[in-house]
Amino acid sequence: MISALLPGLLIQGAQMLVVLLLSPLLTGFVRKVKARLLRRQGPPLLQHYRDLLRLLRKEAVVAENASWLFRATPYMIFAATWVAAALVPTFATGLLFSWSADLIAIIALLGSARFFLALAGMDVGTSFGGIGSSREVMIASLAEPAMIMIVFILALIAGSTQLSTVAAFMQTPAVGLRVSLGMALFALLMVAIAENARIPVDNPATHLELTMVHEAMVLEYSGRHLAVLELAASLKLLLYLSLIACVFVPWGLAPAGAGWATHILGGAAYVGKLFFGGFMLAVFETSIAKMRVFRVPDFLGAGLMLGLLGTLLLFVSRSL
Amino acid sequence: MPTLHDILREGRMVANHRPWPRAMVNARTWQMAAATAADGRLTLLGLWGDADVVHMALLDDQAGSAAVLSLECPDKRFPSVGRLHPPAIRLERALRDMHGLEPVDCPDPRPWIDHSGGAPYPFLSAEGDSLHQIAVGPVHAGIIEPGHFRFTVNGETVVRVEERLGYVHRGIEKLMRGAMLEQGAKLAERVSGDSTVAYALAFARAVEAALELEPPPRALYIRGLMAELERLANHLGDIGAICNDASFAMMHAHCGILRERVLRAAHGCFGHRLMRDCLRPGGVARDIDAAGLALLDALVTDIRRHFPALVKLYDNTASLQDRTVTSGILKPALARQFGAGGYVGRASGRAFDVRRSIAYPPYDELEFDVPSLTEGDVNARVWIRIREVEQSLSLIEQMMARLPAGPVMTAVTSRPGESVSMVEGFRGDVLVWLRLDDDGRIVRCHLRDPSWFQWPLLEAAIEGNIVADFPLCNKSFNCSYAGHDL
Repeated sequence: MISALLPGLLIQGAQMLVVLLLSPLLTGFVRKVKARLLRRQGPPLLQHYRDLLRLLRKEAVVAENASWLFRATPYMIFAATWVAAALVPTFATGLLFSWSADLIAIIALLGSARFFLALAGMDVGTSFGGIGSSREVMIASLAEPAMIMIVFILALIAGSTQLSTVAAFMQTPAVGLRVSLGMALFALLMVAIAENARIPVDNPATHLELTMVHEAMVLEYSGRHLAVLELAASLKLLLYLSLIACVFVPWGLAPAGAGWATHILGGAAYVGKLFFGGFMLAVFETSIAKMRVFRVPDFLGAGLMLGLLGTLLLFVSRSL
Repeated sequence: MPTLHDILREGRMVANHRPWPRAMVNARTWQMAAATAADGRLTLLGLWGDADVVHMALLDDQAGSAAVLSLECPDKRFPSVGRLHPPAIRLERALRDMHGLEPVDCPDPRPWIDHSGGAPYPFLSAEGDSLHQIAVGPVHAGIIEPGHFRFTVNGETVVRVEERLGYVHRGIEKLMRGAMLEQGAKLAERVSGDSTVAYALAFARAVEAALELEPPPRALYIRGLMAELERLANHLGDIGAICNDASFAMMHAHCGILRERVLRAAHGCFGHRLMRDCLRPGGVARDIDAAGLALLDALVTDIRRHFPALVKLYDNTASLQDRTVTSGILKPALARQFGAGGYVGRASGRAFDVRRSIAYPPYDELEFDVPSLTEGDVNARVWIRIREVEQSLSLIEQMMARLPAGPVMTAVTSRPGESVSMVEGFRGDVLVWLRLDDDGRIVRCHLRDPSWFQWPLLEAAIEGNIVADFPLCNKSFNCSYAGHDL
């Protein structure tokens, strides 16, 4: 019994460690590429690790009127995001928790993380936290339904909401070229940009209090609280890139029960996909200005519509 | 309605005031002048105090003439100009704080520069369902000057913004009192770091007018070169910074490179990146040599080669245009009423440029356009800057081609006198009023930054926009905190 579970456990453990350790590198990589595109030297690739360590060592200053929620939220968000990121098959599909790696579960985990962050943003009662929370919820109210639509498309095509199954199905020739999959990809890219507070929806590098969304909610955090929040943000970016890679470019994923060589190959392919995604993100972010806040619903509405159309198309083509 | 000439005739002319006339008037004429300004026939250029005297500088746009009116107020009270002409309100509040002279019936009794009162500053109220306030500053998240902004918002829509300034008050006008000319020039230059040349030039021209000095022609041209270099550096920096506030960092990076090249050229020519301590009353402290001219020549070629591509990038990036077009519209009527100078005025149809309207050397001999637009949005303010960069490049070329030979300094004598001067800084018209005593010491020196008339307009331009667009609008105005707070 134990020996049957062991490989799955090992891979699952490795996956959890990989996402945790790799995510700051991905954030650092995106920052580096953006800096190079702007003809700057940019911080070293490992700078984000150092920042996190520095924050962990620093004293956490908490507002006097902060409730337990404010203190507990960073850890809750970190835990939820870490679990969600560990559920997405990155280099292998044979994860121990594969049975629970349901797309809807991942959305629910991220949704609860966001819910608590929005609450924490308002907890101390500063105006910026309130602005950030209200904007975040406005974005979420469109991003989450869009995400659900994407899940429907994938589920209708692959016949399951389980990521391992979806990834395995995507590798078979049965998939073919589907318009609805293209729509799902575009919708997922839009949602990923909005969810990760990237340009054009939000600017992760802004110093302008009045334009912030995610940064405004975490403005009151410092020290270890901020460190885990930043790490959770890095994990989320990695999660979305992994998700896109797992569903749309699943090649190289080591199937369950494969040998070590396949797993190592899978790992290399994953890192390659991840950094290609990060590079494209940096290029995209450099070539576009941030949109007005009231245009964000238009942007995400388009994502939602794409998702809806994709689902509709599947239903229509099925009945034919 | 009376013209400026008629108003001056009502008063008693003061001798030894150059180059504009100054007249002592009575309270009735003072109010008549205020009413004429309120009618839009005169533009208020400045309002400042002295020991028991208030002065008001007025411009007659049509005639292109300006004058200073003075009113004695032995009982420390004078009839408010702001009661009739709102642009004067902040000037009067500052005047009351600085000199203890009370503007009678001024609509706003609150202090302005003086922060010493113990009670919290009473912001104007805006009431209604679902309105809430956001307090921003005085210390901001970015490295910028301090100033407090109080927003009243309805969701994302701004109902009102109120500025609270005065955090960088250094008492410059008090330090000026009794200072020698050399010290005064240093102080003037340090009013606002980005306008170092503009203030040095305004102060030097005021001294020269008071002492009736004529700097050598070569010095005048070198001053022109300095002023245009400063304008270039600031406009390039602003164009990039405005785009950066829309999170379009690419423009910021490339404009930053060009700005850096301008600053390095300035350092190479004059020994200081911001050209501090280079411009003196009587001429310039540093001559430009052949190597310096070669640097400038290379700089102009360099910017001409790279800038058009950036302009194209700005114009062709739809996401950026979506942010700048139609946001933060300043109506031409308001720009005219407040006599807004610089790109703020020129983007809203007020085609006023001191270099053209009250021309001073060397600009009276040079060819250049004063660009003007009527849209009044962020985009228009960017375009005015783009056009002015092009004009500055052409001016630098013309000045290099015509640069006369000869000395760059005349001896500065000392004698009593009064003068006023106005020069065009990158931000707009800088006004300096000066009174010297027998030993050549400064009795009173008033420095008026263009921001005095631009800050209130920012409040008007942001109304009805969304909160997240404020940084963009604010950057497109780029008013000075230091120049305003003194």
